[in-house]
Amino acid sequence: MSPESVDLSKHPAIIEVENVNLYYGASQALKDISLTMRRNQVTAFIGPSGCGKSTLLRCLNRMNDLIDSVRIEGSIRLDGDEITGNRTDVISLRRRVGMVFQQSNPFPKSIYENIVYGLRIAGINDKATLDETVERSLKGAAIWNEVKDRLHDSALGLSGGQAQRICIARAIATNPEVILMDEPCSALDPLSTLKIEELIDELKEQYTIVIVTHNMQQAARVSDATAFFYLGELIEMGDTKKIFTNPEKQQTEDYITGRFG
Amino acid sequence: MKNYWKRGEPMVLTAGATLAVILFMTLTLMAVILGNSLGYFWVKGLVRYKLTDGSYLMGQLTAKERHALTNVKRVQLKVGNRDLYSQDFRWVDESEVAERDIPKDAYLLERREHGNFFGFLKELRGSDGVAVAVDPVSLKRLHQATVQRQQGLKDIKDRMSSLNQASERLRLKVQKLEFRGAGAHAAEITALNEKKAKLTEEFDGLNEQLNQKQGELNKAVAVFSDAAGTAKELPLLEIVRIYQPNSMSVLAKAWAYLGKIRELLFDDPRESNTEGGLFPAIFGTVMMVLLMSVFSLPFGVIAAIYLREYAKEGRLVQLVRIAVNNLAGVPSIVYGVFGLGFFVYGIGGSLDKLFFPERLPTPVFGTGGILWASLTLALLTVPVVIVATEESLASIPKGIREGSLALGATKFQTLTKVLLPMATPGIMTGLVLSMARAVGEVAPLMMVGVVKLAPTLPFDGQFPFFHMDRKFMHLGFHIFDVGFQSPNVEAAKPMVYVTTLLLLLIVVVATSLAIRFRNQMRRKYTTSHF
Repeated sequence: MSPESVDLSKHPAIIEVENVNLYYGASQALKDISLTMRRNQVTAFIGPSGCGKSTLLRCLNRMNDLIDSVRIEGSIRLDGDEITGNRTDVISLRRRVGMVFQQSNPFPKSIYENIVYGLRIAGINDKATLDETVERSLKGAAIWNEVKDRLHDSALGLSGGQAQRICIARAIATNPEVILMDEPCSALDPLSTLKIEELIDELKEQYTIVIVTHNMQQAARVSDATAFFYLGELIEMGDTKKIFTNPEKQQTEDYITGRFG
Repeated sequence: MKNYWKRGEPMVLTAGATLAVILFMTLTLMAVILGNSLGYFWVKGLVRYKLTDGSYLMGQLTAKERHALTNVKRVQLKVGNRDLYSQDFRWVDESEVAERDIPKDAYLLERREHGNFFGFLKELRGSDGVAVAVDPVSLKRLHQATVQRQQGLKDIKDRMSSLNQASERLRLKVQKLEFRGAGAHAAEITALNEKKAKLTEEFDGLNEQLNQKQGELNKAVAVFSDAAGTAKELPLLEIVRIYQPNSMSVLAKAWAYLGKIRELLFDDPRESNTEGGLFPAIFGTVMMVLLMSVFSLPFGVIAAIYLREYAKEGRLVQLVRIAVNNLAGVPSIVYGVFGLGFFVYGIGGSLDKLFFPERLPTPVFGTGGILWASLTLALLTVPVVIVATEESLASIPKGIREGSLALGATKFQTLTKVLLPMATPGIMTGLVLSMARAVGEVAPLMMVGVVKLAPTLPFDGQFPFFHMDRKFMHLGFHIFDVGFQSPNVEAAKPMVYVTTLLLLLIVVVATSLAIRFRNQMRRKYTTSHF
């Protein structure tokens, strides 16, 4: 599962973060962050608690808007389109950038309705399209065989790992370009975690994935590029193999070897 | 011993004892109401006393007492016959009673006026004046026949009623035209008046017919005598029900009981609301509660959504919340005064000036009515709905909201497609609480539209079907009215209990339905806490 050295020309940049500063009221959570995420790669954000990795992730689909006291400076571009600022259409941004949360959150509706939610709110109600999307998404999330006979049962009756995969299916139903995952496996048992890690490996052929994780071994297994954050600053970013075998900064090496964090 | 206190046993016992006391009081309340109301419709036997001074008394035994000082036993007899005697009830000492017997042929008559009559049948005459055999069967047959013929007059009465309404509509049209300028519309006015005259002619003709037929039917009489022998002539149409209580089997009495319950639920009241049925009051209460829910539910839910989702947290929103919570503490009669001033005189008066100027000074909307009463009570219960909705929206896990937004939904879509359905159980709870509170409020209603006796229902077959300007009857007010403002309070006491029981039943049924619906919703959305 460890990615080989990649030919970067096959992975053009898709998200560019440039000099981003984020403030929660008076305190600064992100300090002058600049990095690039590449198409069809898995980029992992690692770092100790409170270092700002989740905050940066939530900037990528403007979920930080939900918090009143947040202020962002700098620029984030998705495929050349500016994300920050008042001119962005947040709704269509969130259709291009999907999100999977730490705690799985299926709606109290049927599995079918959960998956097609993203399409219904976009105004697509044609049964044939919806049916086809449901099958594609559930297959893409590697859960089709488990639930194909109970699509109209409530999604609340699923186990943790299944629910998380339903949430992934729900996210890919809208055909996003990027999928953001905020510690998707931290609430799951090792077997479910393994299944999801395999899934991420499959998904990256079609989508770009950015994953925040506490679990360094997971980051090493799953990602192509890794960014290490500490106290709101980007310490180091690069090819995963290099970061985990031969990091440039001392702080990175201390974190990876477990001396702190 | 110390351990006993540490474990908190005494607190647990106190809590349990308090709960037991509350349950006991509730059960006692139910028992008092049931005990005093259920027995009312069971036909009691008649007992006749011959007193030591030679006079006779007949009636139903209603109470027994032992005089505290002299130790003399005495009984209370309901002697009825309010038109012959001045009192409904009489106390008789045991010592005064020389003989007592239970005459099998004694009659109990329920009448349209003057309460029940206890006596013996002496004569019977049909509507043609011819005497008929004096026995229970012919009495019942003649009574039924007369009542049926009376029902037959209904067609004439209906026709007269619609003529009356048409005539009234024409009169209002004329009044409107006159208001605009009698000279300009002289031709129209004359035409309308001619039409009206024709209707009046037909009406008068029918009225004559009716009076003649009615007069005939009124000639069917029965002459009864009471225990003392005093004769009383009663037109058969005055009599509602005939029993011979001393010769009725238990089955017959049970059948009569069911008949009385049917009358209670579906008939109109008689005798200043102390007898007869409660149908208009039941109808008025239910319609008012439904109308009130129609106003308070959407208004409250939308206000709560705005407060929670769209308004920026700050001083203004805090003030609004405090104001809403204080609204719930305002005494209901203050709402009545507000409703009177704002809705009835304010808005109602303006509506009258704008739309019904020709009818002034007779108010249409500028007086109490079911619309204003429902709006006043909706104001009373809106805080409950707002608080319940806010709480249930707040209890939805944040993850659901974020998940919906992350998929590209707008705030409004998230609300309507995910959050509001999940909040439905909580909103239902608010509805249940608001209905329970509103059904019990009587004071504000007295000022904005409830009356002792309403001639018509607020919903009937004539256009526009829902008559929002009509006054209505209400069970809560009925209790007050029967209990304190009837001519004979002792006799009316059981009716108070019956009305209370009915009101309680309506509340229980309404809230049970709402709770059932809420539980169904809750099972569907198990992530919600409400």
